[in-house]
Amino acid sequence: MKIIVCIKQVPAKDAPLTITGNWIKESDIGFEMNEPDSFALEEALRLKEKHGGEVVALSMGPERVKQTIKEALAKGADRGIHIADDHFAQLDPLSSASALAAAVKNESADLILTGLQSDDQGFGQTGVLLAALLDRPHATLIMAIEAGEGKLKLKRELEAGWFQWIECPLPAVLTIQSGINKVRYATLKGIMAAKKKEIAVLTRESLGVGSQPTQKVEKIYVPVKTKKTEFLTGTPKEVAAKLVEKLRFEARVI
Amino acid sequence: MKILVITEQRQGKWNNTSFETLAAAQQIAAALSATVSVLVIGKGVDAFAAELAGKNVSEVLQVENDLLADYTPDGYCIALKQVIESAKADLVLFPHTYQVRDFAPKLAASLGKGMVGDCIGYRSEGGKLVFIRQMFQGKTAADVTFLGDGPWFASFQSGAFRADQVTTAASGAKPIQKITVELKAEQIRTKPLELFKEAKSAVDLTQAPLIVAVGRGIKAPENIPQAEAVAKAMGAELAASRPICDEGWLPMERQIGSSGQTVAPKLYLALGISGAIQHVVGMKGARTIVAINKDQNAPIFEIADYGVVGDIFEIMPALTEELLKAK
Repeated sequence: MKIIVCIKQVPAKDAPLTITGNWIKESDIGFEMNEPDSFALEEALRLKEKHGGEVVALSMGPERVKQTIKEALAKGADRGIHIADDHFAQLDPLSSASALAAAVKNESADLILTGLQSDDQGFGQTGVLLAALLDRPHATLIMAIEAGEGKLKLKRELEAGWFQWIECPLPAVLTIQSGINKVRYATLKGIMAAKKKEIAVLTRESLGVGSQPTQKVEKIYVPVKTKKTEFLTGTPKEVAAKLVEKLRFEARVI
Repeated sequence: MKILVITEQRQGKWNNTSFETLAAAQQIAAALSATVSVLVIGKGVDAFAAELAGKNVSEVLQVENDLLADYTPDGYCIALKQVIESAKADLVLFPHTYQVRDFAPKLAASLGKGMVGDCIGYRSEGGKLVFIRQMFQGKTAADVTFLGDGPWFASFQSGAFRADQVTTAASGAKPIQKITVELKAEQIRTKPLELFKEAKSAVDLTQAPLIVAVGRGIKAPENIPQAEAVAKAMGAELAASRPICDEGWLPMERQIGSSGQTVAPKLYLALGISGAIQHVVGMKGARTIVAINKDQNAPIFEIADYGVVGDIFEIMPALTEELLKAK
């Protein structure tokens, strides 16, 4: 089975965000693999271990994105594709998906996996749009994959604790729900092996993908608070005492 | 301008977020002198259409087809594309449900359009619509506008608007227009099988008056007993955000959020929970929210009544002691 995993690099979870217009200041902060995508990568590696084949890690963004592709290679992906693009953060979901679709069109992969959504922009559309642009069937929020002959049996998560089994023919696009598996760490051997693995570099120009944005992020900002929060300060003991008093006599909930 | 609201039902039950989105549409329509059409799709949905006809809308569109009995992304996209084109809708609004995430971006793309998903509000600036959504897991908000001609597609997050603000029809039921769509079985590539719930939940958190919930800040499974002690001292149920249940540190049935339970207790104490959207939609209805987090910029503080910026590992034992003392 040939599997392409779309992996985004996002600001590290605890990175302090400084807003500049419609994006954040990227210097001085660390970046990491988008956590939901790490579950998709893990699922791809497990499918390969079980059924054989190849795992290709695909990512888009500036030069720093190579580090995340290398991490995927160290974990066991066979090769990488980097769509080098310094303006990736300014693209709307349809434009990003168009570039990714163009990059994988001639790969004839059996399966394309993405995470549920990105932890930065959180559009949550890439997988579904890839399926639309490549005219493949898709399913989202997948919690289990059983591979059969030319098709998959998939467990989809619905809301409020409901699930559904569905059948999906191959080739297909799936978005993976976080928590489907336990993500592995890269081993030292894997990190060494990754150094010899190929990362192909493409651009939107070389792929012949223009950009006709359908939407624009005008600005980002710290949300306006809807509630007035009373902050309690002091030593842990003082704070605890104040909180218990507030909850008993002010909020009257305990 | 014509606004079209796509409602959601499954197996004879509404997804109630549909009415929140209808309320949003009515408010946008009032601000921009637009009309609201509301659509129900499926098989045997007469009763749903009749209920919608009692609302303050200009028309109800009822899309019926045997092949739409069960939801499939192919079936819904092919059917809705025809309806949106023939109805000449300018703005198509959805509740931001898991199902909508599954098909709406594809539907928009099939018309060469984009979608702004998971919005929490809108503004009208001189007749131009600005949609507001969250980014960076709720740490920032973003103003997003559409470029080019409609139809435009947007979805509203659960809880962004209030279903009880849907206005009803002033004079009699509104017309129901039944719409036939061209749809062939072979166009539907995925096959839905059985719907099921995992092992019946032993804990019904929705009935708990007091909830103590832990997030990533708890760091390791061996720290869970500290939170358990707080819950016990308070007489509260212990709950968690998704990552904690994904790790197996607490069972899935104790998960609060869009993929877990939605609760509205008297008190919700969030320990080391940053307040990502997926968690907040499951608990923002709590009467009193207390957040303890080391990051003063954590989005959970936006909805907290009481906040403590500090180390939960120092505060949990102190809090347990004070709670026991107060008994």
